[in-house]
Amino acid sequence: MNTDPTKRRHFHEELDALQEKLMEMAGLVEEIVAVASSAVLERDPSVADVVKQSDGRIDDIEVEIDDLVIELLALQQPVASDLRQVVTTSQVANDLERIGDHAVNIAKAARRLADTQPLPEIKELGEMIEITRGMLSDALAAYVSRDAKTARIVCMTDDKVDDLRRSMFRIVITHMLEDPKRISGALELLLVSQNLERIADLATNLAEDVVFLVEGRTIKHGAESASAS
Amino acid sequence: MATSPASATSQASEITDPNPALEARGLSVFYGEKQAVKEIDLVIPARKVVALIGPSGCGKSTLLRCFNRMNDMVSAARVTGSVTFRGTDLYDPAVDPVEVRRKIGMVFQKPNPFPKSIYDNTAFGPRVNGFQGDLDALVEDSLKRAALWEEVHDRLYDSAYALSGGQQQRLCIARTLAVKPEVVLMDEPASALDPIATQRIEELIHELKQEYTIVIVTHNMQQAARISDLTAFLYMGELVEYGPTDTIFTNPREERTEAYVTGRFG
Repeated sequence: MNTDPTKRRHFHEELDALQEKLMEMAGLVEEIVAVASSAVLERDPSVADVVKQSDGRIDDIEVEIDDLVIELLALQQPVASDLRQVVTTSQVANDLERIGDHAVNIAKAARRLADTQPLPEIKELGEMIEITRGMLSDALAAYVSRDAKTARIVCMTDDKVDDLRRSMFRIVITHMLEDPKRISGALELLLVSQNLERIADLATNLAEDVVFLVEGRTIKHGAESASAS
Repeated sequence: MATSPASATSQASEITDPNPALEARGLSVFYGEKQAVKEIDLVIPARKVVALIGPSGCGKSTLLRCFNRMNDMVSAARVTGSVTFRGTDLYDPAVDPVEVRRKIGMVFQKPNPFPKSIYDNTAFGPRVNGFQGDLDALVEDSLKRAALWEEVHDRLYDSAYALSGGQQQRLCIARTLAVKPEVVLMDEPASALDPIATQRIEELIHELKQEYTIVIVTHNMQQAARISDLTAFLYMGELVEYGPTDTIFTNPREERTEAYVTGRFG
């Protein structure tokens, strides 16, 4: 049996166009997460506007993707891996859009942070940023290369970010108790860590979607470990 | 219906059933030298809708015709292997093919009513079989089961040819049901009908599976997806994959099934 590349060519061209939009969105999201989190570490107040502007474009692409997904479902009735791809694109776009919103929150926090009294360096924050950005980047790479193994590693990494957020909470509270003048800055960092944790959660969702796309299997909400036990 | 891989009937299928409506074992059909169906093992559970899909010439209609010995009508056809219905091999020489076709009815692609009234079409089978009971009641019941009664009850003695294509097909279904079959085989029953008539036939199939086992051949994959519980994909006479319809259309195991249902070949 040979598959014929000319079969359903029109449909596959539309599917390719959909993927291109998603990749454009993914590139913008990765970029604003990087810019916003660096701005926190560098106490740089200047990036918020740029990040917000990119987020506007991200929102627009999400709407374009939603429209295309509805159109493809209605007109092409995809099945099997095509169906999984269309449905997953919609879910990934939704996750990316929310990650974009968290990046905006982080950039705004960086702007406010510049007006507060600096805190001693918290290495957990740098670590949290690095791991979260790595999860996002690995989840997107796994999506592009249809790599369920990497996607599963991303899912397992999420616990580290949760632990770091708990550490951050303790450290930040300690700084507040030590010196009340640090409270404003400390609160901003707490907010940043919460947003980073949510980004890691959404990167995990994205990785779970990759496993569904590749294997047709749902691993959300511990479904995989539940079925294995 | 159990789906334990340990008791799978073949590599292509995980469907098992301790008390199936029909069961094919090592079933092959030859037309002269050409082998149209190759060593198929297939279990059809009772009161389910099973769709047979595959590209033209894959053997799906030939397989369907094995289930009520319609291939006996094709002089060059030779069948090997077995088809079991209620524990009896349908191809046992002692089995009367006419009796088989009463228990396992068939509806064809094009509606083929007889040039008789609606009533006489429906009553045809029972009369041939020497039905002794209340024929009027049987005709009414059969037409109701085929979702046609409301449209024809006041013109039962009009010619069947006065009906629309979709109504004629439902009349053919009523005619099949009138002899009280257990299994209904359908060979592309809606392919000659418009979308509204098609929808009515599909609704009817949903209702019929409460009491009957249905095996349907269809070229329309969306139709197979909408109406069937189980789907068998055939390719070049082989059963490639047989499983729950939702699996076949969301996550098939076989690459060839994936390529066919996504329209990449066929």
